[in-house]
Amino acid sequence: MTASATRRVLPGFGLTMGCTMLYLSLVVLVPLAALIARGGGMGWRAFWEAAASPRVIASYRLTFGAALAAAAINAAFGTVVAWVLVRYRFPGRRLIDAMVDLPFALPTAVSGIALTAIYAKNGWIGRHLDPWGVEVAFTPLGIVVALTFIGLPFVVRTLQPALADLDREVEEAAASLGATRLQVVGRVILPAILPALLTGFALALARGIGEYGSVVFIAGNMPMRTEIASLLIITKLEQYDVAGASAVAIVMLAVSLLMLLAINGLQRLAGRRYQGGL
Amino acid sequence: MATAPPISRPQDVPQALRATDEPPVVRAALILATVAFLSLFLFVPLAAVFAEALRKGWQAYFASFRDPHCLAAVRLTLLVAAISVPLNLVFGLMASWAIAKFEFRGKSLLITLIDLPFAISPVVSGLIYVLIFGMQGWFGHWLDARGVQVIFAVPGIVLATIFVTFPFVAREVIPLMQEQGTEEEEAAVSLGAGGWQTFFRVTLPNVKWAVLYGVILSNARAMGNSAPSRSSRDIFADAPTRCPSTRRCFTTSTTSSRPSPRRPCWRRWRW
Repeated sequence: MTASATRRVLPGFGLTMGCTMLYLSLVVLVPLAALIARGGGMGWRAFWEAAASPRVIASYRLTFGAALAAAAINAAFGTVVAWVLVRYRFPGRRLIDAMVDLPFALPTAVSGIALTAIYAKNGWIGRHLDPWGVEVAFTPLGIVVALTFIGLPFVVRTLQPALADLDREVEEAAASLGATRLQVVGRVILPAILPALLTGFALALARGIGEYGSVVFIAGNMPMRTEIASLLIITKLEQYDVAGASAVAIVMLAVSLLMLLAINGLQRLAGRRYQGGL
Repeated sequence: MATAPPISRPQDVPQALRATDEPPVVRAALILATVAFLSLFLFVPLAAVFAEALRKGWQAYFASFRDPHCLAAVRLTLLVAAISVPLNLVFGLMASWAIAKFEFRGKSLLITLIDLPFAISPVVSGLIYVLIFGMQGWFGHWLDARGVQVIFAVPGIVLATIFVTFPFVAREVIPLMQEQGTEEEEAAVSLGAGGWQTFFRVTLPNVKWAVLYGVILSNARAMGNSAPSRSSRDIFADAPTRCPSTRRCFTTSTTSSRPSPRRPCWRRWRW
């Protein structure tokens, strides 16, 4: 089936493509052009000063570090959660399965408030951590907790279909050839789900870098210590430093774009593996 | 596939351990780890939301809805969702049709652009609209001269919400449509169906669950997002208020003093 043949048979390409391009331009492209024009208009030196001052650098480090840590936690435990939900049958499985989506559906401010309330020194969990000298709320650790909460559905939901698609017969073959269960997991299962795992990791990371609503409550928002980049943009905006806010936003935007290209590359890689396997 | 008879199907040995099963101890440990991890990061926070909301009983809970501030906020949230979700539904379906049913150059670039709002921080997207429609922005003075207010007003919130929820419908529908191919539509067209008929009778029934899921996701995001509307509104106190955020809460938490976890101002927004 060639492209031209398809185009002849099915109607509506011009209409839908035109509307899509129009809508995309209005909603996404023109706004992004405005941002870049704004940042480009301020000159390299001013841009560098705004986007690389010590306070901003500290916020980048915190944002990316916390998002990386949270995505790594989610990749490890999310794999276990997805595995348990796909492979095992136990009471409450369906309930847990349904609840995994909730961090996504919950207003981010609500999750931030709830996490702050339970991880603060007098909260349900914070109360038991305090004697050990572990502070969660209003420290970088709190930000990691909030981002872990936010990112969990992405890893679990990307992994579940991949795990469900796994052929049991391949595992059986490996076992019958003398592989131990650990070897089967490491050599057969893990390589097969690796693209999905990486995609979930990248999605959780992208979401964590941009997250705002839940983090501001639990972070404490102290400059240089627990101030994330998104908050810094708003702080600059409130001081009417629009150019400075744009500079930080452009850096964040560039990182988001890179993340997205990486995700799409991974998915293409996963698709090729899948086709090669057939 | 068809030739191999089921010689040793696992059902024949009910009590024995299958080669692809873990020992019961490992299994129990994994389930336990799952429950422990989810409790720490999911169940306890969710329980806290409801416990906080109902701490003073149902009456206090419902009384907070009679607060005119909160009522206005709920109404605004619903209005914003009612505008942005249908728009994104229509354009998500259009984009899916164009991308899934046709081959053209630059397709993967188009998909990346549609995905872009998902990866962009909502704060950045809010800032973008301030840059365009704010007083320092491109259209700010032009709009101001005509008495139209976009940012710090309902249109700005709607725009920012549309931006953030733009990818969801398309993201859900495109993979499914691609998987289903074009044969059924071609058959319908060759049998004399028109374009709209084909779409509503053949394509839409095939993807309806993905569409529904995309709408639910996009609605959840539209109702739950606070960041873009915050940066495009919250500088002024008398601007419209959306439920998940109030100006007072955020300014107190951005003055770098540690907000006490039981600050009364956000208790109004506990749902």
